[in-house]
Amino acid sequence: MIDQSIIALLLLVNLRMFATSRVDSLVRCVAAQAFLLVCLAVVTHEGSLSWEAWTFLSVTGLVKCAALPALMTRALRSAGIRREVEPLVGYRVSLFIGLAATGFSVWAAEKLPMPAGAADPLVVAVALISMITGIFLIVARRKAISQAIGYLAMENGIYVLAPALAVHGPLIVETGVLLDVFVGVFIMGVIILHIRQEFRHIDIDRLSELKD
Amino acid sequence: MIADTFAALGGVALALVLSPFLRTIIDRTKARMAGRQGPPVLQPYWSLARLLRKGAVYSSTTTWIFRAGPVVTLATILGALCLVPFGGRPALLHFEGDVLLMAYLLGLGRFFTILAALDTGSSFEGMGANREAFFSALGEPALLLGVAGLGAITGSVSLSGIYGRIGTSAFLGAHMPAMIFILATFVIVYLTENARIPVDDPTTHLELTMIHEVMVLDHCGTDLAFIEYAGALKLWVLGLLITGLVFPVHTGSALLDACVTLACMFVLQIGVGLVESLVARLKMGRTPLLLGIAFVMSALWVMWVVR
Amino acid sequence: MAFFLLMSLLAYLLSGAGALLKGRHPAWGARIVPFGSLAASLFALVPVVYVLAGGSPVDFRASWSLPVGSFHLHLDQLSAWFALPVLLVSPIVSFYGAGYLRHHDRPLETDACGFFLQLLAGGMLFVLLASDGLLFLFAWEIMSIAAFFLVVFEHGDDDVRRAGWVYLVATHLGTAFLFAMFVLLGGMCGSFDFADFEGLGGVPDVVFILAVIGFGAKAGFFGLHVWLPEAHPAAPSHVSGLMSGVMIKTGIYGLLRVMVLANDWPAWWGWTFIGIGVISGVGGVIYALVQHDFKRLLAYSSVENIGIICLGIGVGVFGIGSAGPVARLAMAGALLHVLNHAVFKTGLFLGAGAVIQAVGTRDLDILGGLQKRMPVTGLSFLVASAAICGLPPLNGFVSEFLIYLASYWSVLPQGFPSVNLRVGGFVVISSLALIGGLAAMCFTKVYGTVFLGEPRSARVAGAADPEPCMAVPLRIVAALCVAFGLGGSVLMLLVSPAAARIHPLALAASDTTPLRDAALFYLNVTFAVCALAAVAYGLVRLRGRLLSGRAVRTGPTWGCGYPYGTPRMQYTASSFAQPLVVAFRSFLRTELGGDWPSGYLPGPSDFRTHTPGLFMHRVYMPVFAAFSWAAGWMRRIQHGGTHAYVFYILLALAAVLFWSLL
Repeated sequence: MIDQSIIALLLLVNLRMFATSRVDSLVRCVAAQAFLLVCLAVVTHEGSLSWEAWTFLSVTGLVKCAALPALMTRALRSAGIRREVEPLVGYRVSLFIGLAATGFSVWAAEKLPMPAGAADPLVVAVALISMITGIFLIVARRKAISQAIGYLAMENGIYVLAPALAVHGPLIVETGVLLDVFVGVFIMGVIILHIRQEFRHIDIDRLSELKD
Repeated sequence: MIADTFAALGGVALALVLSPFLRTIIDRTKARMAGRQGPPVLQPYWSLARLLRKGAVYSSTTTWIFRAGPVVTLATILGALCLVPFGGRPALLHFEGDVLLMAYLLGLGRFFTILAALDTGSSFEGMGANREAFFSALGEPALLLGVAGLGAITGSVSLSGIYGRIGTSAFLGAHMPAMIFILATFVIVYLTENARIPVDDPTTHLELTMIHEVMVLDHCGTDLAFIEYAGALKLWVLGLLITGLVFPVHTGSALLDACVTLACMFVLQIGVGLVESLVARLKMGRTPLLLGIAFVMSALWVMWVVR
Repeated sequence: MAFFLLMSLLAYLLSGAGALLKGRHPAWGARIVPFGSLAASLFALVPVVYVLAGGSPVDFRASWSLPVGSFHLHLDQLSAWFALPVLLVSPIVSFYGAGYLRHHDRPLETDACGFFLQLLAGGMLFVLLASDGLLFLFAWEIMSIAAFFLVVFEHGDDDVRRAGWVYLVATHLGTAFLFAMFVLLGGMCGSFDFADFEGLGGVPDVVFILAVIGFGAKAGFFGLHVWLPEAHPAAPSHVSGLMSGVMIKTGIYGLLRVMVLANDWPAWWGWTFIGIGVISGVGGVIYALVQHDFKRLLAYSSVENIGIICLGIGVGVFGIGSAGPVARLAMAGALLHVLNHAVFKTGLFLGAGAVIQAVGTRDLDILGGLQKRMPVTGLSFLVASAAICGLPPLNGFVSEFLIYLASYWSVLPQGFPSVNLRVGGFVVISSLALIGGLAAMCFTKVYGTVFLGEPRSARVAGAADPEPCMAVPLRIVAALCVAFGLGGSVLMLLVSPAAARIHPLALAASDTTPLRDAALFYLNVTFAVCALAAVAYGLVRLRGRLLSGRAVRTGPTWGCGYPYGTPRMQYTASSFAQPLVVAFRSFLRTELGGDWPSGYLPGPSDFRTHTPGLFMHRVYMPVFAAFSWAAGWMRRIQHGGTHAYVFYILLALAAVLFWSLL
């Protein structure tokens, strides 16, 4: 029952990410998403967790729920961004794309060949939805920060899927990925700050002038 | 059987008597939140009595449609009242698919309210009419889909069957998220259908921003009393859909169940009052998004129920 | 029984010919079409009722000297059910038409209109009876061509001629697919007789796809619907009523006729129907909402209703595999909607015709206030509008009730439902609810802007109810809407055998209990509605009592403090649809135009909206333009020189020789 409610909350958070125009709420959503995913990992784990697992979970939890969002919030504040004003895809349409993505993920999670003893199809579905959310944000939003959040959301999805698929030694893979993303977001934050100082806006589609 | 009928009749009688009182609760809550005293407890009753004692002014533009509007609205809501179970007991009239009759009776009432508004030829009322038509069209799928979800969980296709079988176990079992989503949908639909904040503001004084209130601008006297009473009954009827979910305990004693449902209903109105005090009304263009969210949430049950 | 069917077809043919050949008896000529139509209906109703009441199917074979095919007529429960709207609507329409065209200035063409109307009605009956592939196509062509001549009735008008061409091209493209389909089926079993098709043991996917496209073009599935919004405004109103109410249903009939040949129904057929249903239903109603042309709007609304029928069929296809009542209820709902839509859509077109004749325009935005001037038309139109929105106690509710009930059953875990069935039911419930709500918005808009408020232009001033021979059909249609709505239980029992006929060959017809149960449930509705009518009457009396001793005055509408209101300031049809246009702008792509007010002291300004048809302008026109370009290029090889033609013949011969030697 607890896992089901976490899944439900995750769904809501993902749909919120599809439909919100506020970038700060996007950041909060991605933090919440990470927190819920860590909780889901704890709850769905069979048997008791070893101390390595606990350490790993708490570290990833801290990084994903606290460090990265804090970094982003700082970037937001220094760049003075509040809303995504003109997204490439409107919010109502986004919401229904989100619904379609949810339906697709559930369908796909039932169909995907999973190793025996793997997680509940709904857990897989939630992981897929998180990934799709991330990809969608990267595709459909203009602000670089929204896209960074998209990467993060995608990574969150992979994070859930990893233990389900790689039954042995998922931690190493995951830690590596996490490090990549951490560095990526860090660099992105710095870049955003500099772009902002240079150009007074951070809309990426206007950055094509830089290509020369 | 006979006992059930009497219990249902009791429920209907309670609704007829107590529904205007729901307005008092909402208004009092809002007043308290704003640091005011609020209207007297029986104010809605006095207002109705006063309206019933008035004469009438009809616009020379209008036809019989305008006079039919309030009557049809009130009659259809009375019909809906007979179809919704009170306190987990079967409703006065129950059969497979009664939810459709309920939804479409409300639709019939709305159809005539909209036409009555258009009958006056006022652009303000036309404005309210098209908003009402559009928003209710978006709210309808959420409501019917939510009921379908409850049906799929309980294995019944009639409102009385659904609410009779829902127990606390529905909330504690594997269907819990589905139940929560459906409940949230019903709350949004409740606020929309009853023209409350965040969709519509019943106390606004600018016609341009109204939805429901502007449609009945030209009604007065008895007609307005019918409309107000129908509005109060609608708060009650749709409220029963929520209270039946929030407190699905069947004690076995009709009296106790009724008391619990009543208490739930009053708490629900306090909730509406709190929402009205704490939340700002949405911009008109954002309302479809809210109803879209309601629809999406009512659609999510399918993930838990259909496996 | 076959005798009655032949007599009916003969009556259509003779009365049609009589209208043409009436010579110097104009008064006699005006009556021959309606009464001929009535006689034909009465003749055909005998076997139709006999079959629907449980009699055995009627079969007739004649010796037929043509080399292929046979003259084989067959009336089973399915064709009998589809014949019902034809027989019900065509006399109503012909009586109305006689009045509608009475004052037409070209009597010769009026006669031709009568002839083609009979040919269309008879052709539709013929289509339903034909039980041989080639005979079916023959009947199909009679029906389609007759409809074409009816559409171009006002052929002096460029738009009408264009609409006629659009219709002709669309219908013949559809027929081409049907031709391919029948050739395939005939090739597989060596005969074109439907009875032989049944021995085929299944329907290949390609046949089903050809049928969906070919019959879908006639039925007006969204995407193939482009001819509807062109042809319906062009045709005289009673013809639009017959075409929109009845003729497009022959497409549904054809699809079902092909489906029952199959041994089982694969799941993707169900999804095809549900997909078509959702797109046609939602797309149709949204496009209907943004129209300003009275009859174009009604045409789009027909697309919507075809969508509802498809939703019912879709759930029915899934339901076949489950033990519950879903399949029977859904199919019955779809079939009932065929009948109900025929009734109320005819009523809407007849009402629109009366309005158009009275005011001389189809533009919704300049009408208004007609309820006071045309009370009979207004009331009938109101009843038909409420019926098309599926509101109780009218007939639209009966069929939507069944489709909903089937969908609600289908999401239940009982009766071994498949995931397809449960998800399908879920999709159908949500889209039906959305369609219903938007349809209510659409028809409150139509009725509100045409009949209520103040007149928006001077044209409306002299309008009055039409003469009795038009007003009586209007009343009859409205009465039918109410009667079918209240007697929904009877209709459900009546449709039961036809619904039982729709199942894959391999599955025998099961019992009729689902519909008997549904009829019992529906009795509650009838009862509740009658009780509510009594309550409403009581409320009216109460209000009368309360107001009796008090001042009841009339005055102007409350203008919210603004004293200079004019009727042109009322909400128009376009303004009513505005929130929808905004919300669905990415789908509708409505074009806004005109001189908008600007500056502090704006001068005269105007505002226009136009929503072009999505498929017409973005798919078909570019495709046809490309085609026409290619054809223009091809014309180079046909330049009239004989020597070149001889050369082509030589080339062709050489190619054939080469190919045969390979």
